[in-house]
Amino acid sequence: MKNTAKIILVLTSVCLLCAASLSLISLWAKDKIAMNEQKRVEEAIKTLAPQAIKIEKDKKNDITIYKLLDDKGELFAYAFNAEGLGYQGTIKIMVVTDTAFTKISGIEIIDSVETPGLGSKIQEPDFKNQFKGLDSTGNIEYTKDIPSKPSQIKAITGATISSKSVVAIINKRIAELKGQKDEPI
Amino acid sequence: MNQFKAGIWSDHPLLRQLLGMCSTLAVTTSLMNALFMSFGVFFVLVSSTIIVSLIKNIVPQEVRIAVYAVVIATFVTIIDIFFKANFPDASRALGPYVPLIIVNCIILGRCEAFASKNSPIASFVDALAMSIGYAWVLIILGSIRELLGSGAIAGLTIFGKGYDPLVVALLPAGAFIFLGFMVAAMNMIEDKK
Repeated sequence: MKNTAKIILVLTSVCLLCAASLSLISLWAKDKIAMNEQKRVEEAIKTLAPQAIKIEKDKKNDITIYKLLDDKGELFAYAFNAEGLGYQGTIKIMVVTDTAFTKISGIEIIDSVETPGLGSKIQEPDFKNQFKGLDSTGNIEYTKDIPSKPSQIKAITGATISSKSVVAIINKRIAELKGQKDEPI
Repeated sequence: MNQFKAGIWSDHPLLRQLLGMCSTLAVTTSLMNALFMSFGVFFVLVSSTIIVSLIKNIVPQEVRIAVYAVVIATFVTIIDIFFKANFPDASRALGPYVPLIIVNCIILGRCEAFASKNSPIASFVDALAMSIGYAWVLIILGSIRELLGSGAIAGLTIFGKGYDPLVVALLPAGAFIFLGFMVAAMNMIEDKK
């Protein structure tokens, strides 16, 4: 009986001490981590839309979006995150579109763990630049041949699934922002 | 002194005991990743073995593993938060492998096999040696794989544009191949003695 009491006492105090020190550390780091995240978002937006002078956080259909304002303070584009499954794990994308979500002005891959040398090519300018000016009135598409429509991009050879995932992730998010539900992909 | 040599060479955690393989194989795609991972393991191993050694007499036998696990998890979370706050890029590159130090057998192994039976100072020496042992293998693996797989070391291009990267070096298969060579070399050297 005495032993049981000791077990409970030791375990409880060890856990309490650990929890206390962790909450202190996390209190110290919380702002820093949030700031890093913010900085990353802003950097991605700045590369995609250099003319954005001011970035305002907003919500549309329960999705966090960033309003991009030019030097006259006028809204000219939206930036938003889109994420979903790729070939090996989650792909996180920052997308900038016009205010009606009908034209993409650029994408930036924020996070991905695609196969090095194949799927990881979605991070390269050759692939990303294809999204500049892409028509997103309807769904954007991928093709393995030469793109023939303003809404098409060329999939990366040897990484069709990764290319397809990027397209699907963007389509899904744009559909959600437009307020369409269950858009077939 | 013997304890020190054991960790770095004769009782090497990776090449002799083959512990903590998962993170070793996963994070050594570049030298930078290897360095950050080594630092993480160093911090967790040294801090938790010292604590375990300090509290070894008041912890009842029945719950010792649970207590070690809580202590280790605490230090791992601390280093994870620290990386996230100060080195966001490295933290993203390492992904889940920093939190996974919690289940790294080297840490629990040293707590149970050494720190729970020895003084804090001896435990510190042991942990230091084991972390150095862990680090040098990670650094070599990370350098080789980054050099062959992307023609660079620590992000600095070495082989130039004409180099066609050996992609397999960056894939899991490459990790097994190069680690296999290192274990084989270790065995050869020890057999000759």
